[in-house]
Amino acid sequence: MTSDNDRRRGLLARLRGRPVARSRGRRRLGAAVRLLAALMLAGGAYTVFAPGVQAQDNPPLTGAAAEGKALFDVSCVTCHGRNAQGVEGRGPSLIGVGAASVEFQVGTGRMPMARQEAQAQRKPELFTDEQTRQLAQYIQELGGGPVVPEGANLHEDGNIAAGGELFRINCSQCHAFGGGGGALSSGKYAPSLRPATDRQIYAAMLSGPQNMPVFGDNQITPEQKADIIAYIQQTLKHDQDPGGFNLGRYGPSTEGLAIFLVGIVALVFTSLWIAGKS
Amino acid sequence: MKRRKFDMAAVPGKTAAGLDDRFQAATPLRRLLNKVFPDHWSFLLGEIALFSFIVLLLTGVFLTFFFEPAMTEVVYNGSYAPLRGTPMSAAYASSLDISFDVRGGLIMRQMHHWAALLFMAAIVVHMLRVFFTGAFRKPRETNWIIGSLLFWVGFLAGFTGYSLPDDGLSGTGLRIASAIMLSIPVIGSWVTSSIFGGEFPGTIIISRFFIAHVLLIPGLLVALISVHLGLVFKQKHTQWPGPGRTNGNVVGERMFPRYALKQGGFFMVVFGVIALMGGLFQINPIWLFGPYEAWVVSAASQPDWYVMFLDGSTRLMPAWEIPIPIGDGYVIPPLFWPTVVLPGILVALSTLYPFLEARHLKDYRSHNLLQRPRDVPARTAVGAMAVAFYVVLTLSGANDVIADKFQISLNAMTWAGRIGLLVLPPLAYYVTYRLCLGLQQHDREVLAHGVETGIIRRLPDGRFVEVHQPLSAAQGHDGEAHGELEYAGWVVPKKMNRLGALGPAIRGFFYPIEKPAEAPVSPGHPPVEARPEREEIGSGERRG
Repeated sequence: MTSDNDRRRGLLARLRGRPVARSRGRRRLGAAVRLLAALMLAGGAYTVFAPGVQAQDNPPLTGAAAEGKALFDVSCVTCHGRNAQGVEGRGPSLIGVGAASVEFQVGTGRMPMARQEAQAQRKPELFTDEQTRQLAQYIQELGGGPVVPEGANLHEDGNIAAGGELFRINCSQCHAFGGGGGALSSGKYAPSLRPATDRQIYAAMLSGPQNMPVFGDNQITPEQKADIIAYIQQTLKHDQDPGGFNLGRYGPSTEGLAIFLVGIVALVFTSLWIAGKS
Repeated sequence: MKRRKFDMAAVPGKTAAGLDDRFQAATPLRRLLNKVFPDHWSFLLGEIALFSFIVLLLTGVFLTFFFEPAMTEVVYNGSYAPLRGTPMSAAYASSLDISFDVRGGLIMRQMHHWAALLFMAAIVVHMLRVFFTGAFRKPRETNWIIGSLLFWVGFLAGFTGYSLPDDGLSGTGLRIASAIMLSIPVIGSWVTSSIFGGEFPGTIIISRFFIAHVLLIPGLLVALISVHLGLVFKQKHTQWPGPGRTNGNVVGERMFPRYALKQGGFFMVVFGVIALMGGLFQINPIWLFGPYEAWVVSAASQPDWYVMFLDGSTRLMPAWEIPIPIGDGYVIPPLFWPTVVLPGILVALSTLYPFLEARHLKDYRSHNLLQRPRDVPARTAVGAMAVAFYVVLTLSGANDVIADKFQISLNAMTWAGRIGLLVLPPLAYYVTYRLCLGLQQHDREVLAHGVETGIIRRLPDGRFVEVHQPLSAAQGHDGEAHGELEYAGWVVPKKMNRLGALGPAIRGFFYPIEKPAEAPVSPGHPPVEARPEREEIGSGERRG
């Protein structure tokens, strides 16, 4: 670091204060000055032409991304750090997470987080769609990454039956057969899919938020993603529950509760009633 | 031709006489119809199980008409669109057809499943009644054992039935069952491969479970239920102690007509409750689970409630493997203890309990009178302990659902279950024991000092005392020198209206079925017309 600073100071000295330096130098050791000057020249040239430094100083942000950066610097910088590099122990780096991740995390209100906890919860969004898009654009231009395709309806061409099979193989382990979500370890959980939009499901598969694994396009192709979304949107959310009240679709645990709370209670009261009639 | 006069009124009598001439049925039938049953609401709990078993048989027969117990792979082409074109077993496809394409099939399926849950629930509730009242004591130990066997056979019936549709959820359960069998030391792998016909899942298990579920297990259940009821007939029903009821008689209603009519009505109500639940509450939506594939599993995969305690014990068991260095090395997996050893202990303890208790109390007499739970604090507390143990295990079986829906850490739930399993049963024992003693003490207090009247009397020296109404006329009012009445093992009246000092309690369930009785009026006092809002309660004068 010290030598680097020397170089930098040397460059400035060379550009602006050369006469002063030379006069002082002549009073001291000339050879040392010449050596120093050569080093300054090399360091200065490196500083001027190194590509990374230039990109950092002058990011070619588009208009939306600049707006996004302004939002980022107000709402996200505390945990994700300057230039989204992340802060140790607070928030991860966002370089390379892509617009898909922002769209999911900010679009579902998970980010900004209310507090540090096991997992960010879905809550009313803090940013409008427009602002979310700007933030996404900023993160996208900053580090690249996966992007959700255009359009609000991503399941038009989806095959429900194929989607159901993919869902049961890939998703039901955590989100459960009915899509109601389930518990993971240490307070983490897979959320319910009920409030999720097409784009949010797609973004989640692409970016793997929280504890979810990434289902990249080489694992589940975009067509298969459309199938899965079609199954979730058209079957899980619109299943008419032909059997009646679905008891929350929690499986046998609520069915067991129901048989005691409804069946046994009703029949015990009946037996009280019958025995009372003697 | 002359028409003979047809006497309509004589037909039943003539028919009966004709039948009796041929079968000599009148004498035994009279004995049967005159058989007396004691009447108490808690004696009707076992009937819930009996009646739901009948519903199970009826709906089950309907389902066998349409179910195809085969694991042949077919491609579904029925009316449930999200699964159309999916390869699946014939069993699953026919279960989907029952749900969507057979008229009335879905409600039959749901009634069958609800009836199964109710059957098991009623068995447990009935068992608790028998346990807490001491109805299992000599001479009825055999019936207690048969009852516990009925629970375990019902458990098998439920599990095989749950597996038959071959859906994603039941296949997961079957996989766990195969793992449990595999965990048995030495014989595990042989047991598993002989039941599944090779490796899990094989191609035969659904057909085998089908024949077990529709023939072997129901046959066993019918046999056990018949012996159970036959023994109740032979040994006669127990009764509560009370006026005129002794260890040597049975006081109650004759089987015919009142008891039979009540039971018939109760059957209709049970049927109705099951039908309502089958029609209103969705149970086991197999179409959401998809066909079973070895790679398909879901969050919140639970068995039905009566198996859930085994799931819970598995979830709570620490991962302790016991390596045995014999030959190439052998391991007893941790699964063995909560799923094979624990149920084994439970079966042994529950069936042997009557003998253990008799041995402990050195009580080898026959008992036909029931005991109030408070009068046997140790037994009641042991029962509460068992209930606490079972409830902790059952809740732990659903701990992921509870953790998720109540936003508790799953790890915290597991540890709460582990600690709760050890701490709560002894706590339940202590609390129940103290409650029983407290209730006993209150009974004795009322017998000694009388019922609280709510009348506060001020003595000349300024003290206030509450007037108690003694239960026997011989006692004085001075608060001293009360001879204690003997406790009869039955309800001690604790309210004035039970003594006739106030008007009797108004009978009726939801609305009064009789008019409030007239207040007893002392001679010389005219009947009171309009009652003031607040009035003094004078004993024997007015009604509050």
